[in-house]
Amino acid sequence: MKKNERGMTIIVKTVSRLVARIMLLFGLYVVLHGQVTHGGGFAGGVVMALVFILILMAFGKDGALKSFSRSAAVITAGIGLILLVIIALIGYVRGHFFANFLGPGWPFEFWSAGVIPFLNVAIGLVVLGCLYGIIVALTHFHSELHPEGHKQ
Amino acid sequence: MTEKLFPLFVAIPLAGAFLIALLGWKKKGLPEIVGALIPCGLFAYSIKALLFTFKNGIAVHHLGGWLPPVGILIGADGLTTFMLVIVHGVAACVALYATDYIKKYTSPWIFYVLFLVILAGMNGVLTTCDFFNLFVFMEIASLAACTLVAFGTERHELEAGFKYGVMNTIGALFILLGIALLYGYTSELNMADISNILASKGPSRLVTLATIFFLVGFGLKAALVPFHAWLPDAHPSAPAPISALLSGLIIKSLGIYSLFRILVCVIGMTPLLTNILLFMGALSMGTGAVLAMGQKDFKRLLAYSSLSQVGYIVFGLALGTPLGILGGLFHMFNHSVGKSLLFLTAGSVEYTTGTRNLDEMGGLSRRLPVTGSASLAGAMSISGIPPFGGFFSKLIIIFAAVQAGHVGYAIWAVAAGILTLFYLMKAMRQAFQGPLLEKWKMVQEVPWRMRVSMITLAFICLTGGLLLLPQLKGLFLNQASKVLLNGAMYSSTWGGFKP
Repeated sequence: MKKNERGMTIIVKTVSRLVARIMLLFGLYVVLHGQVTHGGGFAGGVVMALVFILILMAFGKDGALKSFSRSAAVITAGIGLILLVIIALIGYVRGHFFANFLGPGWPFEFWSAGVIPFLNVAIGLVVLGCLYGIIVALTHFHSELHPEGHKQ
Repeated sequence: MTEKLFPLFVAIPLAGAFLIALLGWKKKGLPEIVGALIPCGLFAYSIKALLFTFKNGIAVHHLGGWLPPVGILIGADGLTTFMLVIVHGVAACVALYATDYIKKYTSPWIFYVLFLVILAGMNGVLTTCDFFNLFVFMEIASLAACTLVAFGTERHELEAGFKYGVMNTIGALFILLGIALLYGYTSELNMADISNILASKGPSRLVTLATIFFLVGFGLKAALVPFHAWLPDAHPSAPAPISALLSGLIIKSLGIYSLFRILVCVIGMTPLLTNILLFMGALSMGTGAVLAMGQKDFKRLLAYSSLSQVGYIVFGLALGTPLGILGGLFHMFNHSVGKSLLFLTAGSVEYTTGTRNLDEMGGLSRRLPVTGSASLAGAMSISGIPPFGGFFSKLIIIFAAVQAGHVGYAIWAVAAGILTLFYLMKAMRQAFQGPLLEKWKMVQEVPWRMRVSMITLAFICLTGGLLLLPQLKGLFLNQASKVLLNGAMYSSTWGGFKP
């Protein structure tokens, strides 16, 4: 292992590298398919955030921040929140706050819940950004409290 | 058309907060502009809403177009719009003040995000007709306020923020438990429906237990005396605009408004409950005043004074007579304006001199004339000197107590009023009168935006008594007091789902 490289052993790193993209895809599926199957914005957002938390565990803080920076987390959460308010306000213009302005569609089809898939995407982005941001903030505090670093 | 306005009171501050969260940390100046414009714009909207409820009584909006048994209502009556006007009037002045004040902290955009989230939470509490939404909005406002108390990230600020967070979470859990019990008993969360069902089912021990939980939970939020321990730490530690917001608005909308909305309009007052609230109000009055006398820290003194004035408000509202409710609501208005002003002036003194210790000040009104006279106006309004608004509201509360046959409480209220006059005037003399110390010779008056907001609030303090003129009283105060007087009418006027 190179001296300046942080994180866990090569086994964990390799497995994480293999699994990360599949996990991200699964999280995306849970978000986008939330209106038909189990899950939804929150659950999918947590799965997607866990991908980056896994990278943080395996490769250390620097490795994680290289793939998903702190400002990117803030922007992701911000976009999700703005999207949520915009969807609510479009409904408001059409008559009621949070009104479902798209038709109900066909049951068990992908387009079956009007605006709910879009709300799921918005919530997924918020949860992804916030959860990852919280964990990164915690690691910042940890490295301030223990400046010698967390050796493994 | 106007009844469609009410969701915007929640949506606009939230949209502003998210916009700042997205762009504010890059674009300089955007947080200040958005953060100051939104409360000002919503103040104009709240005046429009006040006129609407004056004409039509109530306004209801169905979220998502779903009707009551299924859907969630957002709505307003006279009491709601009365509170909305107070909240946005004070919040607009505070936001203007903050544009200059907050420059001494790093990353002011976080301040504005949380400020607007607090505003959205308070508006949500005021406009919602649903128990669970009330809880959620209350938590939104409390969590954002808890973060802002610790905004300076010094040791004592973090400690105060933590204490505030813990105490408020305990209060929120009591409220949640009360809501759960009521939900279990009635299978409803809509306030009007719960009121209907409780009226038809009659009294029950479960409802009594829920009432006690609400009393404890909202008592914690309002800092009534047995539950006040968090307030004297939290209010001085926050940045001055947030102290003003906490003392002027948050304890009132989250605590007093919610307490009386639920006890009067949903559960219904009983003689025992009235007596408990009268006693707690009187206890708060006396305890706050006595504790404030020995304080050396300017903002801590004001925080203890808030305890005492909250006691007056609760006492007046709990009397339940038309005069008592009028006095309580009017004192709520006067105290919101006056105490926010006093916290802002204390912030100005801290901004220029860097100290909150009254012993280190002296003669500051020579260097800070605007701050000094604004502070005096606020102190005179709170302590009840005749031309100011606070005099009339305290007078009404004391008259109402005598009228209702509580002569002992009335004498107690007069005594607490004299103590208020004593400690506030002592603080004013220590801070602004007397010889100017050598080290404050070079102190400069605060920037113009801070001065404008303090002058505005001082002007409202001075002219507050005019709200008792018959033309304005009908529009502003009577509208709100009518809601609390006819508490049992709540369910029928809201036209909820009939069981």
